[in-house]
Amino acid sequence: MSVTDEVLRVENLHVSVDDTPILNGMNLTINRGEIHVVMGRNGAGKSTLASVVMGHPDYEITSGSIFYMGTNIDEMTVFERARAGMFLSFQYPAVIPGVQVGTFLKKSVQSVHDEPLKGRAFRKELNAAMATLEMQKSVLSRYVNDGFSGGEKKRLEILQMLLLKPTLALLDETDSGLDIDALRIVAKGINSVAPQAGCLIITHYQRLLDHVQPHYVHVMIDGTIVRTGGPELALKLEEQGYDWLEEPQEVEA
Amino acid sequence: MSDEAREAVGDYKFGFHDPENATIRFDKGLSEQVVRDISELKNEPEWMTDLRVKAYHHFIQREMPDWGNCSELNNIDFDNVTYFLRSSDATENDWDDVPDDIKNTFDRLGIPEAEQKWLGGVTAQYESEAVYHSIREDLEDQGVLFLDMDSGLREHPELVKKFFGTVIPYGDNKFSALNTAVWSGGSFIYVPKGVHVEMPVQAYFRINAKNMGQFERTLIIADEGSSLHYVEGCTAPTYSTDSLHSAVVELIAMKGAKIRYSTIQNWSANVYNLVTKRGVAHENATVEWVDGNIGSKLTMKYPSVVLKGEGAHAEVISVAYAGAGQHQDAGAKVHHLAPNTTSSILSKSISKNGGRSSYRGMLQVTPKAHGCRSKVVCDALMLDSDSRSDTYPTMEVGNSTADLEHEASVSKVSGDQLFYLMSRGFSEEEAMGLIVNGFFEPFTRELPMEYAVELNKLLELEMEGSIG
Repeated sequence: MSVTDEVLRVENLHVSVDDTPILNGMNLTINRGEIHVVMGRNGAGKSTLASVVMGHPDYEITSGSIFYMGTNIDEMTVFERARAGMFLSFQYPAVIPGVQVGTFLKKSVQSVHDEPLKGRAFRKELNAAMATLEMQKSVLSRYVNDGFSGGEKKRLEILQMLLLKPTLALLDETDSGLDIDALRIVAKGINSVAPQAGCLIITHYQRLLDHVQPHYVHVMIDGTIVRTGGPELALKLEEQGYDWLEEPQEVEA
Repeated sequence: MSDEAREAVGDYKFGFHDPENATIRFDKGLSEQVVRDISELKNEPEWMTDLRVKAYHHFIQREMPDWGNCSELNNIDFDNVTYFLRSSDATENDWDDVPDDIKNTFDRLGIPEAEQKWLGGVTAQYESEAVYHSIREDLEDQGVLFLDMDSGLREHPELVKKFFGTVIPYGDNKFSALNTAVWSGGSFIYVPKGVHVEMPVQAYFRINAKNMGQFERTLIIADEGSSLHYVEGCTAPTYSTDSLHSAVVELIAMKGAKIRYSTIQNWSANVYNLVTKRGVAHENATVEWVDGNIGSKLTMKYPSVVLKGEGAHAEVISVAYAGAGQHQDAGAKVHHLAPNTTSSILSKSISKNGGRSSYRGMLQVTPKAHGCRSKVVCDALMLDSDSRSDTYPTMEVGNSTADLEHEASVSKVSGDQLFYLMSRGFSEEEAMGLIVNGFFEPFTRELPMEYAVELNKLLELEMEGSIG
């Protein structure tokens, strides 16, 4: 990969919340067209990684830096990152009562894109994306995530990703709580965005990887990546869990 | 508008003012003579003059309320108010005949445009009296009366005499007494039996002069089986001195009739807005108040419904937005006097930048009113920790067959909501605007679309430049 294809570079990142260290020297580089999967136990710092890359104000970077498209983004606000092409699919998307999905999507696209599609062109793209994700039109008049099932919320996240067309897509446990059909549909959404973007998928389960082919699988323990491999690493984790990675002398064959 | 004027007006979009070209202007201050002069000027029947004078004496003797925002109420300087100001010698029915500066004001407020597009009739009041009035011919042909109140009294004295002050007598409270003494303008509407007025009719109240007192009086009678949607809007220039708006609105819904009264009050932040609104619903009738309070310095207003006939229904949906220096003391009252009557109250308030919003509500069920149902929901949203929100609900229930629900919540905008919206490209102010519009959505969806769009824009404007 040439340097110009680099989308995200996390360098020796140390992050604390309320003075508790969560990330301890993370290093990660994602290039355009690459799908990276991050796995690890609860509390390993996976969601923190996604939130801090997106600029969540509660996380304090104590040392290290984040680069997006070769630029240090430590000083950028959340919405500036979004407008620059970064996207986070939330594990627990917030409910925004009284705001209709249709209005929200339109305004969001207008905020993020320099030349947003309008009127009929926007509706056409919206309809196509909803068809891809097998979503009902009636979703558009509901309030954002209000009374949505887990699966509905995740589909709405992916719909936003399709419309916003990010350059960096961070997907935080988007596959959690999905049935087989929903999983297949969400994977379809990810695969349609992935070729033009760098993707970081945080997951607990190997099963998403039946539908999405990652280039790299990383294992996080205690706020840092302890192991990187290909799809076979996810399979091994599924069978053996994480304990074997904590053997200090263990060397991967 | 000059730059200087714009600076004075700040974020309030309607804070501009025109030169004051009064044709008649009373000296400031109130006396029995002022009351008599208003009545004489309008050439009123004797009963009205007598009523005004009685009300004036009641006003003088009546103590200021000892609840609500007492300290602000006691700041009102009744001697520094202009009680009557005529700005045009006639009420025109063609905008081209309205004096240019006044017409320009209403153009800027978008009234003539709205009238052409979607209203069944318009009355536009400037200071003390209506300067423009019109009603669609088809409504007139069906016998619908829609006049400014002064013309109503002149042209239909028997109807006015029969109903005026029956829902809100002058002795109801200090400000209903004041209004009865010095009222001028407002709307008079009568909808005949069985007539459904499909398009809303609108009244727009504009104060232009400094230290002005506006005391419009509205009386709406919907005869059996008829229906009407009435909409009112209010704005005023921003001045450093105070103005007083004290209206009385009486609604009478006869058997099976339905009246919906929608208000968006957006007074500038130097206006005291002390209004008494009450409707009576007879058998199977419905009275609905859709009441939005965005502006003013202090608002004290509790739209009320008296459910007098069996099966009558009351609906009050109100929102209040209190920004810096504002206190919105608003709410609703419903009196269940008859069996099987139902009511629903939804109140939503937002406080920001040190603003204060209070919900004050009264729900009464009399011993004879069996089988009543009522639901009260009040939600408050605080946008920062400097602001304040209080709830003062009162329930008086006289029998055990009533089915009553009460829910109240106070919430803050969550960090999760802001992070989520900002990750979708919205700035913090835009995110706040979305959350606020969403919070008020149960109210805005009840408005005609044109109003809903305008209100949302207004709220987004309120969110600008305010987050540090």
